[in-house]
Amino acid sequence: MTEETLTAPPTEQHKPDLPPPISVAGPIAWLRENLFASPSDIVLTALCVALIYFTIPPLIDWLFISATWTYPTEVILGERAPAFSDCAEGGACWIFVRTRIGQMIFGFYPEPERWRVILSFVIGAIGIYGLLGGPERFRKYAAYLFFLVFPILSFWLLRGDGVVLSSVTTDQWGGFMLTLVIALVGIVLSLPIGIVLALGRRSKLPIIHLLCVIFIEFVRGVPLITVIFMANLMVPLFLPPDMDVNVLLRVLIGTTAFVSAYMAEVVRGGLQAIPKGQFEGAMALGLGYWQMMRLIVLPQALRISIPAIVNTFIGFFKDTTLVAMVGLYDFLNMVRAGFKDANWVGVELTGYAFCAIVYWVCCFSMSRYSMYLERKLHTGHKKR
Amino acid sequence: MAEISAGHTTHTTRVAWWRDERKRAIIWQLVVIALLLLGIAFIINNMIINLRTLGVPLGFDFLDSTAGFAVSFSLIPVDLNSDIGRLILTGMLNTLLAAAIGIVFSTILGFLIGVMRLSHNYLVSRIATVYVETLRNVPLLVQLLFWYVAISKLFPNVRQAINIGDLFFLSNRGIYSPRPVAGEDFGIVLIALLIGIACAVGITRWARRRQMATGQQFHSFWVGLGVIILLPLLVGLALGSPITWEMPELKGFNFQGGLVLQPELAALTLGLSTYTASFIAEIVRGGIMAISHGQTEASLALGLKQSWTLRLVIVPQALRVIIPPLTSQYLNVAKNSTLAGIIGYPDLYSIIGTAQNQTGRAVENVAILMVFFLSLSLIISLFMNWYNRRIALVER
Repeated sequence: MTEETLTAPPTEQHKPDLPPPISVAGPIAWLRENLFASPSDIVLTALCVALIYFTIPPLIDWLFISATWTYPTEVILGERAPAFSDCAEGGACWIFVRTRIGQMIFGFYPEPERWRVILSFVIGAIGIYGLLGGPERFRKYAAYLFFLVFPILSFWLLRGDGVVLSSVTTDQWGGFMLTLVIALVGIVLSLPIGIVLALGRRSKLPIIHLLCVIFIEFVRGVPLITVIFMANLMVPLFLPPDMDVNVLLRVLIGTTAFVSAYMAEVVRGGLQAIPKGQFEGAMALGLGYWQMMRLIVLPQALRISIPAIVNTFIGFFKDTTLVAMVGLYDFLNMVRAGFKDANWVGVELTGYAFCAIVYWVCCFSMSRYSMYLERKLHTGHKKR
Repeated sequence: MAEISAGHTTHTTRVAWWRDERKRAIIWQLVVIALLLLGIAFIINNMIINLRTLGVPLGFDFLDSTAGFAVSFSLIPVDLNSDIGRLILTGMLNTLLAAAIGIVFSTILGFLIGVMRLSHNYLVSRIATVYVETLRNVPLLVQLLFWYVAISKLFPNVRQAINIGDLFFLSNRGIYSPRPVAGEDFGIVLIALLIGIACAVGITRWARRRQMATGQQFHSFWVGLGVIILLPLLVGLALGSPITWEMPELKGFNFQGGLVLQPELAALTLGLSTYTASFIAEIVRGGIMAISHGQTEASLALGLKQSWTLRLVIVPQALRVIIPPLTSQYLNVAKNSTLAGIIGYPDLYSIIGTAQNQTGRAVENVAILMVFFLSLSLIISLFMNWYNRRIALVER
């Protein structure tokens, strides 16, 4: 083949490029490739379209169009309290959520004191941002803030001291705030305990190794609800008779023990990923065990395990709903408490739908964040 | 030479004992043991004092006392006069049933969704993605409560039960279906079934040996299935009808007779399996994606059909990646079945809770609960580890 046959003769006028055939590019090609590639594909597509047709429109209708969003005039005028009978049939009853949203978020926390709850969670949010997403040079201070200042400060803010801030007993805590308290106490305490357990499990000292393995495997072998049940029943038995431990504290002991065991396994995974050369290098420099761990190994191990830690936290955040089974009013149980109101009999479906949406938004955004962190932290490490 | 040996001896002479690593290790461990023993002594001492003030004795004799509470669902006959031990056994069986149902359905659904996520069909993979991302980000407890309410609200009451050919009745009291009742000759049919299974196993073995020897293939799966189904069927027909069906009938306020899937169990099955399926789907997807595309290409290049490629090349390799995380999901199903108590399904946790309330025997009840779940976890892990070893890569 010679050169001339490939290039157009110069005498001929240059014609504009033809568009690619529609069977190769463009929307029709996309449809053919992705939806109608083979006869069985066409059947599958048809089934999917049918599935979407029978689920999505009724769902949108129930959630938005047929749903009741506003109070009837008598309620706005203050003549009577809103009730389930104000809601249209065949739609969600969002006025239930509107009426009880304060209680769903803050529980029985006194209304004039609610700013304390908001303030303490803002501090916590700043700490988390500094730990995970903020600039590297502030990370150390963020760690101090989140693991030392925040627990003490927020306990003081939430519980009050009766002098500067009025006292709010823990049985008044509830709703989404209680969910966050349980989740955050779990994460703040379980990380240090989990690190100690993970180091213990990898320790060469046989007794310490054995004790850590027994604790971790015991807790991981039983359901969370039985751990909470056990803490609720056994903690008062284990302590001197004159010591009074309230239900929230017992539950927190149980949940923290539970997450710590899972956290220990996550940290152990991170520790195992550190090459042996790092340990040997640290030892060759003359560092002792704790110096080696604190300065060389743990910073790297924790960095790798951040996504797994976030995932453990997501799982635990969902598991906080179980405290309802020992009678604490977390977010889910607070919503459920609303169903017992005579005005709201029959509103369960809306209540659970609202719960599902709230938990979904929290967990989905956290899981996306964890995926983003995974990508961010994998700079240079994964390519070999 | 002398100098070196001298230096050597001075170096090893004396290290202060608190700097000797071996001695330090022993001392540390002794300290830990001492602290632990002190803690245990403290706890036991307090427990004895507390139990004495409460007037609660220790021991498992309370299991023989009459329970006096009823359960809504049981695999073994129980009534108000049954003792607590029998009710706890009921709870264990109910938990095992829930776990078994959950494992079976979530595996089927999870594998289906996992494969769907990898489909080339845009809609199919998108629907699977939405399914996974929706269900795994909502707490199981919320889902169980939702399904329970949905079943009792969306299904009609007993009088307007959805009637499917006078055989199945769907209502908010559960799903009723005909119940097979074994006739007198049913034992013979069972024996025929066993013979059929034995024949199928024999055929499979023979077919495999012949294929190894000659390369000739045999449809052992279909033939085996045919033998298992046809043999008992023919024997049954020859004997007349050894099975009679008990039909559910509307009597008064509820259906009588028939086999019933109660709303609690139905909600539990739905919630537990759809939730766990979303996790299993991700495991399956990860497992299949871990197999390099070269395996598929090589297999197709050898002339294997698409279905054989999947069955003989991809799946056996993917299973090795899938099994370990799948084990922990199965453990999760068993543990999560304890949540069923909140929708009124009498699992072990809720029965133990009631028994604890009645008798005040906290220590013993917690011990039963813990031992049961630890042994269940252990059994599932052992079984899955055995299976994992069986399919593991045999390297030369």
